[in-house]
Amino acid sequence: MSKYLLNKFLYTVDRDPELVERYRADPRGTVTWWEAERANVILNLPGAERSTWLKFTDTEREALATHDYPKLFELGAHHFLTLTLFIALFERDYDEPLGFQLEYARNLSHVTMPYPDIST
Amino acid sequence: MATVAAVIASTHHPFYYRASTSTGADRPPFADEWVAKIEAFRETLTRARADVLVMVGSDHFHQLWLDNMPQFLVGKAPFYDANWYNEEREFGLPRMFVRGDEELSAHLLREGMDAGFDLAFSNELRIDHSLTCPLITLRPQADLPIVPIYTNIFAPPLPQPKRFVELGKTIRQLVESWPSDKRVAIIGTGHLSLELGGPRQFGPHGPDPEFDRKAVQWIASGDLGSALAEVSLESLWLPGNATHGFMDFMLMMGVAGENVKADYTDSLDLFHTMEAYFTWYPEAAK
Repeated sequence: MSKYLLNKFLYTVDRDPELVERYRADPRGTVTWWEAERANVILNLPGAERSTWLKFTDTEREALATHDYPKLFELGAHHFLTLTLFIALFERDYDEPLGFQLEYARNLSHVTMPYPDIST
Repeated sequence: MATVAAVIASTHHPFYYRASTSTGADRPPFADEWVAKIEAFRETLTRARADVLVMVGSDHFHQLWLDNMPQFLVGKAPFYDANWYNEEREFGLPRMFVRGDEELSAHLLREGMDAGFDLAFSNELRIDHSLTCPLITLRPQADLPIVPIYTNIFAPPLPQPKRFVELGKTIRQLVESWPSDKRVAIIGTGHLSLELGGPRQFGPHGPDPEFDRKAVQWIASGDLGSALAEVSLESLWLPGNATHGFMDFMLMMGVAGENVKADYTDSLDLFHTMEAYFTWYPEAAK
Protein backbone atom coordinates (compact mmCIF):
# COMPACT_ATOMS: atom_id res chain seq x y z
CA MET A 1 0.00 0.00 0.00
CA SER A 2 1.32 3.42 -0.91
CA LYS A 3 -1.44 5.71 0.27
CA TYR A 4 1.07 8.52 0.54
CA LEU A 5 1.89 8.24 -3.15
CA LEU A 6 -1.78 8.11 -4.15
CA ASN A 7 -2.29 11.29 -2.18
CA LYS A 8 0.80 12.86 -3.74
CA PHE A 9 -0.59 12.20 -7.20
CA LEU A 10 -3.99 13.69 -6.33
CA TYR A 11 -2.36 16.68 -4.63
CA THR A 12 0.13 17.55 -7.33
CA VAL A 13 -2.36 17.14 -10.17
CA ASP A 14 -5.09 19.10 -8.38
CA ARG A 15 -2.90 22.19 -7.93
CA ASP A 16 -1.81 22.39 -11.57
CA PRO A 17 -4.45 23.51 -14.12
CA GLU A 18 -2.60 21.93 -17.04
CA LEU A 19 -2.25 18.60 -15.25
CA VAL A 20 -5.96 18.63 -14.34
CA GLU A 21 -6.84 18.86 -18.04
CA ARG A 22 -4.23 16.31 -19.02
CA TYR A 23 -5.48 13.81 -16.43
CA ARG A 24 -9.08 14.33 -17.57
CA ALA A 25 -8.22 13.75 -21.25
CA ASP A 26 -5.64 10.96 -20.86
CA PRO A 27 -5.76 9.35 -17.42
CA ARG A 28 -3.61 6.32 -18.17
CA GLY A 29 -0.96 8.26 -20.03
CA THR A 30 -0.84 10.90 -17.31
CA VAL A 31 -0.44 8.29 -14.56
CA THR A 32 2.34 6.50 -16.47
CA TRP A 33 4.20 9.77 -17.07
CA TRP A 34 3.68 10.98 -13.51
CA GLU A 35 4.93 7.78 -11.93
CA ALA A 36 8.05 7.84 -14.10
CA GLU A 37 8.85 11.53 -13.82
CA ARG A 38 7.19 12.98 -10.75
CA ALA A 39 6.51 10.29 -8.15
CA ASN A 40 9.98 10.59 -6.65
CA VAL A 41 10.31 14.35 -6.78
CA ILE A 42 10.39 15.71 -3.24
CA LEU A 43 8.26 18.82 -3.31
CA ASN A 44 10.20 21.98 -2.55
CA LEU A 45 13.57 20.35 -3.29
CA PRO A 46 15.77 20.60 -6.40
CA GLY A 47 15.10 17.80 -8.88
CA ALA A 48 18.48 16.16 -8.30
CA GLU A 49 17.61 15.51 -4.64
CA ARG A 50 14.84 13.10 -5.52
CA SER A 51 13.72 9.95 -3.76
CA THR A 52 14.42 6.55 -5.30
CA TRP A 53 11.79 4.20 -3.88
CA LEU A 54 8.26 5.42 -4.53
CA LYS A 55 5.95 3.49 -6.87
CA PHE A 56 2.29 2.49 -7.09
CA THR A 57 0.96 -1.00 -6.59
CA ASP A 58 -0.78 -2.42 -9.68
CA THR A 59 -4.17 -1.89 -8.03
CA GLU A 60 -3.43 1.73 -7.21
CA ARG A 61 -2.08 2.49 -10.67
CA GLU A 62 -5.16 0.95 -12.28
CA ALA A 63 -7.55 2.89 -10.02
CA LEU A 64 -5.91 6.17 -11.01
CA ALA A 65 -5.69 5.20 -14.69
CA THR A 66 -9.44 4.48 -14.81
CA HIS A 67 -10.62 7.50 -12.76
CA ASP A 68 -12.05 4.94 -10.29
CA TYR A 69 -12.76 7.16 -7.29
CA PRO A 70 -14.75 4.52 -5.36
CA LYS A 71 -11.65 2.32 -5.57
CA LEU A 72 -9.44 5.18 -4.39
CA PHE A 73 -11.77 5.58 -1.40
CA GLU A 74 -11.48 1.86 -0.68
CA LEU A 75 -7.68 2.04 -0.90
CA GLY A 76 -7.55 4.79 1.73
CA ALA A 77 -6.67 7.74 -0.46
CA HIS A 78 -7.51 10.96 1.38
CA HIS A 79 -11.18 11.66 0.76
CA PHE A 80 -10.68 15.42 0.54
CA LEU A 81 -7.99 15.21 -2.11
CA THR A 82 -9.98 12.74 -4.21
CA LEU A 83 -13.16 14.79 -3.99
CA THR A 84 -11.50 18.09 -4.83
CA LEU A 85 -9.67 16.79 -7.88
CA PHE A 86 -12.62 14.80 -9.23
CA ILE A 87 -14.94 17.81 -8.91
CA ALA A 88 -12.41 19.68 -11.06
CA LEU A 89 -12.42 16.84 -13.57
CA PHE A 90 -16.12 16.12 -13.91
CA GLU A 91 -18.42 18.74 -12.35
CA ARG A 92 -18.49 20.51 -15.73
CA ASP A 93 -20.26 17.53 -17.33
CA TYR A 94 -23.41 17.90 -15.19
CA ASP A 95 -26.22 20.39 -15.76
CA GLU A 96 -27.67 20.43 -12.25
CA PRO A 97 -25.81 22.14 -9.38
CA LEU A 98 -24.03 19.46 -7.31
CA GLY A 99 -25.02 16.86 -9.90
CA PHE A 100 -21.58 15.28 -9.90
CA GLN A 101 -21.16 15.50 -6.12
CA LEU A 102 -24.45 13.67 -5.56
CA GLU A 103 -23.56 10.96 -8.08
CA TYR A 104 -20.21 10.61 -6.31
CA ALA A 105 -22.08 9.99 -3.04
CA ARG A 106 -24.34 7.43 -4.71
CA ASN A 107 -21.34 5.61 -6.14
CA LEU A 108 -20.05 5.22 -2.58
CA SER A 109 -23.40 4.24 -1.08
CA HIS A 110 -22.26 0.65 -0.56
CA VAL A 111 -19.61 1.78 1.92
CA THR A 112 -20.21 0.95 5.57
CA MET A 113 -18.60 2.24 8.76
CA PRO A 114 -15.80 2.27 9.63
CA TYR A 115 -14.44 3.79 6.46
CA PRO A 116 -11.03 2.69 5.16
CA ASP A 117 -8.12 4.07 7.16
CA ILE A 118 -6.61 7.20 5.57
CA SER A 119 -3.56 7.32 7.84
CA THR A 120 -0.28 7.61 5.97
CA MET B 1 -1.56 44.35 28.57
CA ALA B 2 -3.63 43.56 25.51
CA THR B 3 -7.39 43.18 25.77
CA VAL B 4 -9.31 40.23 24.37
CA ALA B 5 -12.04 42.25 22.70
CA ALA B 6 -14.00 39.26 21.38
CA VAL B 7 -13.78 35.51 20.99
CA ILE B 8 -15.53 34.31 17.87
CA ALA B 9 -16.09 30.76 16.65
CA SER B 10 -17.86 29.72 13.49
CA THR B 11 -18.13 27.23 10.73
CA HIS B 12 -16.39 28.21 7.50
CA HIS B 13 -18.42 27.64 4.40
CA PRO B 14 -16.57 28.23 1.12
CA PHE B 15 -19.89 28.54 -0.77
CA TYR B 16 -20.91 31.69 1.12
CA TYR B 17 -18.97 34.11 -1.07
CA ARG B 18 -20.55 32.89 -4.30
CA ALA B 19 -24.03 32.54 -2.76
CA SER B 20 -23.93 36.05 -1.31
CA THR B 21 -22.63 37.76 -4.44
CA SER B 22 -24.71 35.93 -7.05
CA THR B 23 -27.77 37.55 -8.57
CA GLY B 24 -30.85 36.64 -10.59
CA ALA B 25 -31.32 32.99 -11.50
CA ASP B 26 -27.88 32.14 -10.10
CA ARG B 27 -28.79 33.26 -6.60
CA PRO B 28 -29.74 30.25 -4.44
CA PRO B 29 -33.03 30.45 -2.53
CA PHE B 30 -31.31 30.34 0.86
CA ALA B 31 -28.92 33.22 0.06
CA ASP B 32 -30.95 36.10 1.52
CA GLU B 33 -31.48 34.44 4.89
CA TRP B 34 -27.81 33.42 4.98
CA VAL B 35 -26.62 36.96 4.21
CA ALA B 36 -28.90 38.41 6.91
CA LYS B 37 -27.47 36.02 9.49
CA ILE B 38 -23.88 36.75 8.43
CA GLU B 39 -24.44 40.51 8.59
CA ALA B 40 -25.80 40.19 12.13
CA PHE B 41 -22.82 38.00 13.04
CA ARG B 42 -20.41 40.52 11.46
CA GLU B 43 -21.77 43.19 13.76
CA THR B 44 -20.56 41.18 16.77
CA LEU B 45 -16.96 41.70 15.60
CA THR B 46 -17.50 45.29 14.47
CA ARG B 47 -18.75 46.38 17.88
CA ALA B 48 -15.68 44.82 19.57
CA ARG B 49 -13.47 47.48 17.90
CA ALA B 50 -10.58 45.07 17.44
CA ASP B 51 -7.14 46.23 16.31
CA VAL B 52 -5.69 42.78 15.57
CA LEU B 53 -7.16 39.38 14.70
CA VAL B 54 -5.72 36.08 15.86
CA MET B 55 -7.19 33.60 13.39
CA VAL B 56 -7.33 29.85 13.95
CA GLY B 57 -8.01 27.53 11.04
CA SER B 58 -6.61 24.55 9.16
CA ASP B 59 -4.79 24.42 5.86
CA HIS B 60 -6.64 22.15 3.41
CA PHE B 61 -3.54 20.55 1.84
CA HIS B 62 -2.50 23.80 0.21
CA GLN B 63 0.89 24.76 1.61
CA LEU B 64 1.19 22.12 4.32
CA TRP B 65 1.81 18.66 2.94
CA LEU B 66 2.44 15.12 4.11
CA ASP B 67 6.22 15.31 3.62
CA ASN B 68 6.49 17.93 6.34
CA MET B 69 3.30 18.23 8.38
CA PRO B 70 3.14 20.42 11.48
CA GLN B 71 0.44 19.81 14.09
CA PHE B 72 0.17 23.44 15.24
CA LEU B 73 1.76 26.27 13.25
CA VAL B 74 1.87 30.04 13.80
CA GLY B 75 2.36 32.38 10.87
CA LYS B 76 5.03 35.01 11.47
CA ALA B 77 5.11 37.22 8.41
CA PRO B 78 4.44 40.88 7.66
CA PHE B 79 1.91 39.97 4.96
CA TYR B 80 -0.19 37.03 3.85
CA ASP B 81 -1.41 36.34 0.36
CA ALA B 82 -4.59 34.34 0.42
CA ASN B 83 -6.66 31.80 -1.45
CA TRP B 84 -5.56 29.28 -4.02
CA TYR B 85 -6.22 28.28 -7.60
CA ASN B 86 -8.36 25.30 -6.60
CA GLU B 87 -10.47 27.51 -4.30
CA GLU B 88 -10.96 29.99 -7.13
CA ARG B 89 -11.88 27.07 -9.40
CA GLU B 90 -14.33 25.30 -7.06
CA PHE B 91 -15.75 28.11 -4.93
CA GLY B 92 -15.10 31.28 -6.91
CA LEU B 93 -13.10 32.75 -4.01
CA PRO B 94 -11.14 35.94 -4.79
CA ARG B 95 -7.42 36.37 -4.26
CA MET B 96 -6.84 38.37 -1.07
CA PHE B 97 -3.97 40.08 0.72
CA VAL B 98 -3.77 40.88 4.44
CA ARG B 99 -1.22 42.38 6.76
CA GLY B 100 0.35 40.38 9.58
CA ASP B 101 1.22 41.43 13.13
CA GLU B 102 4.71 40.00 13.54
CA GLU B 103 5.11 41.30 17.07
CA LEU B 104 2.11 39.32 18.28
CA SER B 105 3.24 36.31 16.24
CA ALA B 106 6.64 36.43 17.94
CA HIS B 107 4.99 36.72 21.36
CA LEU B 108 2.70 33.74 20.75
CA LEU B 109 5.60 31.62 19.46
CA ARG B 110 8.07 32.39 22.25
CA GLU B 111 5.61 32.29 25.09
CA GLY B 112 3.66 29.39 23.59
CA MET B 113 6.79 27.24 23.48
CA ASP B 114 7.63 28.20 27.02
CA ALA B 115 4.09 27.23 28.03
CA GLY B 116 4.48 23.71 26.64
CA PHE B 117 3.49 23.90 22.96
CA ASP B 118 6.39 23.35 20.57
CA LEU B 119 4.80 25.41 17.83
CA ALA B 120 5.98 25.32 14.24
CA PHE B 121 6.24 28.62 12.41
CA SER B 122 6.16 29.97 8.88
CA ASN B 123 7.71 33.18 7.58
CA GLU B 124 5.96 32.87 4.22
CA LEU B 125 2.46 31.51 4.45
CA ARG B 126 -0.28 31.66 1.87
CA ILE B 127 -3.52 31.26 3.79
CA ASP B 128 -6.61 29.42 2.57
CA HIS B 129 -10.39 29.52 2.97
CA SER B 130 -10.35 28.33 6.58
CA LEU B 131 -9.10 31.85 7.36
CA THR B 132 -10.46 33.83 4.43
CA CYS B 133 -14.05 32.63 4.88
CA PRO B 134 -14.23 34.31 8.31
CA LEU B 135 -12.55 37.40 6.85
CA ILE B 136 -15.21 37.50 4.14
CA THR B 137 -18.04 37.00 6.62
CA LEU B 138 -16.76 39.03 9.58
CA ARG B 139 -14.40 41.65 8.15
CA PRO B 140 -14.75 41.76 4.38
CA GLN B 141 -12.61 44.89 4.08
CA ALA B 142 -9.75 42.70 5.47
CA ASP B 143 -8.09 45.82 6.89
CA LEU B 144 -6.86 44.48 10.25
CA PRO B 145 -3.52 42.74 10.75
CA ILE B 146 -3.75 39.06 11.56
CA VAL B 147 -1.83 36.26 13.19
CA PRO B 148 -2.75 32.96 11.53
CA ILE B 149 -2.65 29.76 13.56
CA TYR B 150 -3.05 26.49 11.70
CA THR B 151 -4.05 23.20 13.31
CA ASN B 152 -3.90 19.74 11.80
CA ILE B 153 -7.45 18.36 11.69
CA PHE B 154 -6.83 16.71 8.36
CA ALA B 155 -3.88 14.35 8.16
CA PRO B 156 -3.71 11.57 10.77
CA PRO B 157 -2.06 11.14 13.19
CA LEU B 158 -3.82 14.15 14.75
CA PRO B 159 -3.36 15.71 18.19
CA GLN B 160 -5.96 14.67 20.77
CA PRO B 161 -9.04 16.88 21.31
CA LYS B 162 -7.81 17.84 24.78
CA ARG B 163 -4.67 19.34 23.19
CA PHE B 164 -6.83 21.59 21.05
CA VAL B 165 -8.64 22.74 24.20
CA GLU B 166 -5.36 23.27 26.04
CA LEU B 167 -3.94 25.25 23.13
CA GLY B 168 -7.05 27.43 23.13
CA LYS B 169 -6.67 28.13 26.84
CA THR B 170 -2.99 28.92 26.28
CA ILE B 171 -3.71 31.29 23.39
CA ARG B 172 -6.15 33.19 25.59
CA GLN B 173 -3.55 33.53 28.37
CA LEU B 174 -0.83 34.55 25.92
CA VAL B 175 -2.93 37.27 24.31
CA GLU B 176 -3.84 38.60 27.74
CA SER B 177 -0.16 38.72 28.71
CA TRP B 178 0.94 40.49 25.52
CA PRO B 179 2.51 43.81 26.53
CA SER B 180 0.44 45.96 24.21
CA ASP B 181 -2.52 48.27 24.49
CA LYS B 182 -4.21 46.71 21.48
CA ARG B 183 -7.62 45.10 21.35
CA VAL B 184 -7.37 41.55 20.01
CA ALA B 185 -10.20 39.45 18.63
CA ILE B 186 -9.52 35.72 18.60
CA ILE B 187 -11.42 34.07 15.77
CA GLY B 188 -11.48 30.40 14.90
CA THR B 189 -13.37 28.33 12.40
CA GLY B 190 -14.10 24.64 12.22
CA HIS B 191 -16.93 22.33 11.35
CA LEU B 192 -19.89 20.58 12.86
CA SER B 193 -20.68 17.18 11.32
CA LEU B 194 -19.27 17.10 7.80
CA GLU B 195 -18.72 14.52 5.09
CA LEU B 196 -16.36 15.15 2.17
CA GLY B 197 -15.70 12.55 -0.47
CA GLY B 198 -17.94 9.95 1.17
CA PRO B 199 -21.45 8.52 0.77
CA ARG B 200 -23.09 11.06 3.10
CA GLN B 201 -21.80 14.20 1.36
CA PHE B 202 -24.01 17.01 0.07
CA GLY B 203 -27.22 15.73 1.64
CA PRO B 204 -30.19 18.01 2.48
CA HIS B 205 -28.70 18.59 5.96
CA GLY B 206 -25.39 17.92 7.64
CA PRO B 207 -24.62 14.20 7.87
CA ASP B 208 -25.47 13.98 11.59
CA PRO B 209 -28.07 16.52 12.80
CA GLU B 210 -28.07 14.96 16.28
CA PHE B 211 -24.33 15.55 16.64
CA ASP B 212 -24.84 19.11 15.39
CA ARG B 213 -27.57 19.77 17.95
CA LYS B 214 -25.36 18.55 20.79
CA ALA B 215 -22.30 20.36 19.49
CA VAL B 216 -24.09 23.71 19.25
CA GLN B 217 -25.30 23.24 22.82
CA TRP B 218 -21.78 22.42 24.06
CA ILE B 219 -20.29 25.48 22.37
CA ALA B 220 -23.06 27.90 23.35
CA SER B 221 -22.85 26.86 27.00
CA GLY B 222 -19.06 26.38 27.13
CA ASP B 223 -19.64 22.78 28.18
CA LEU B 224 -16.11 21.49 27.72
CA GLY B 225 -16.75 18.69 30.20
CA SER B 226 -19.39 17.05 28.02
CA ALA B 227 -17.54 17.77 24.79
CA LEU B 228 -14.34 16.19 26.07
CA ALA B 229 -16.23 13.24 27.58
CA GLU B 230 -18.05 12.42 24.35
CA VAL B 231 -15.54 13.36 21.68
CA SER B 232 -12.45 11.36 20.78
CA LEU B 233 -10.30 11.02 17.68
CA GLU B 234 -12.14 7.76 17.01
CA SER B 235 -15.68 9.00 17.69
CA LEU B 236 -15.32 11.97 15.33
CA TRP B 237 -15.31 9.62 12.32
CA LEU B 238 -18.92 8.66 13.05
CA PRO B 239 -20.79 11.96 12.42
CA GLY B 240 -18.96 12.39 9.09
CA ASN B 241 -15.49 11.78 7.74
CA ALA B 242 -14.44 15.46 7.93
CA THR B 243 -15.83 16.10 11.42
CA HIS B 244 -12.38 16.35 13.01
CA GLY B 245 -12.71 20.03 12.14
CA PHE B 246 -14.89 20.18 15.26
CA MET B 247 -11.64 20.18 17.23
CA ASP B 248 -11.08 23.77 16.07
CA PHE B 249 -14.40 24.60 17.77
CA MET B 250 -13.09 22.83 20.88
CA LEU B 251 -9.96 24.96 20.70
CA MET B 252 -12.17 28.05 20.61
CA MET B 253 -14.15 26.74 23.60
CA GLY B 254 -10.79 26.65 25.37
CA VAL B 255 -10.20 30.27 24.38
CA ALA B 256 -13.66 31.31 25.59
CA GLY B 257 -13.34 29.45 28.88
CA GLU B 258 -14.99 26.49 30.56
CA ASN B 259 -18.72 26.96 31.21
CA VAL B 260 -18.67 30.47 29.80
CA LYS B 261 -21.87 31.00 27.84
CA ALA B 262 -21.63 32.60 24.44
CA ASP B 263 -23.04 36.13 24.30
CA TYR B 264 -24.25 35.54 20.75
CA THR B 265 -25.37 32.25 19.19
CA ASP B 266 -26.92 31.61 15.84
CA SER B 267 -27.12 28.75 13.37
CA LEU B 268 -28.48 27.97 9.94
CA ASP B 269 -29.45 24.53 8.71
CA LEU B 270 -28.12 24.32 5.17
CA PHE B 271 -27.68 21.49 2.71
CA HIS B 272 -24.41 19.57 3.26
CA THR B 273 -23.61 21.10 6.66
CA MET B 274 -25.06 23.21 9.45
CA GLU B 275 -23.69 26.70 9.89
CA ALA B 276 -23.10 27.95 13.46
CA TYR B 277 -21.92 31.29 14.81
CA PHE B 278 -20.79 32.19 18.35
CA THR B 279 -19.35 35.31 20.00
CA TRP B 280 -18.13 35.90 23.52
CA TYR B 281 -17.19 39.26 25.05
CA PRO B 282 -14.71 38.55 27.86
CA GLU B 283 -14.62 42.22 28.93
CA ALA B 284 -18.30 42.21 29.81
CA ALA B 285 -17.75 39.27 32.15
CA LYS B 286 -15.06 41.07 34.15
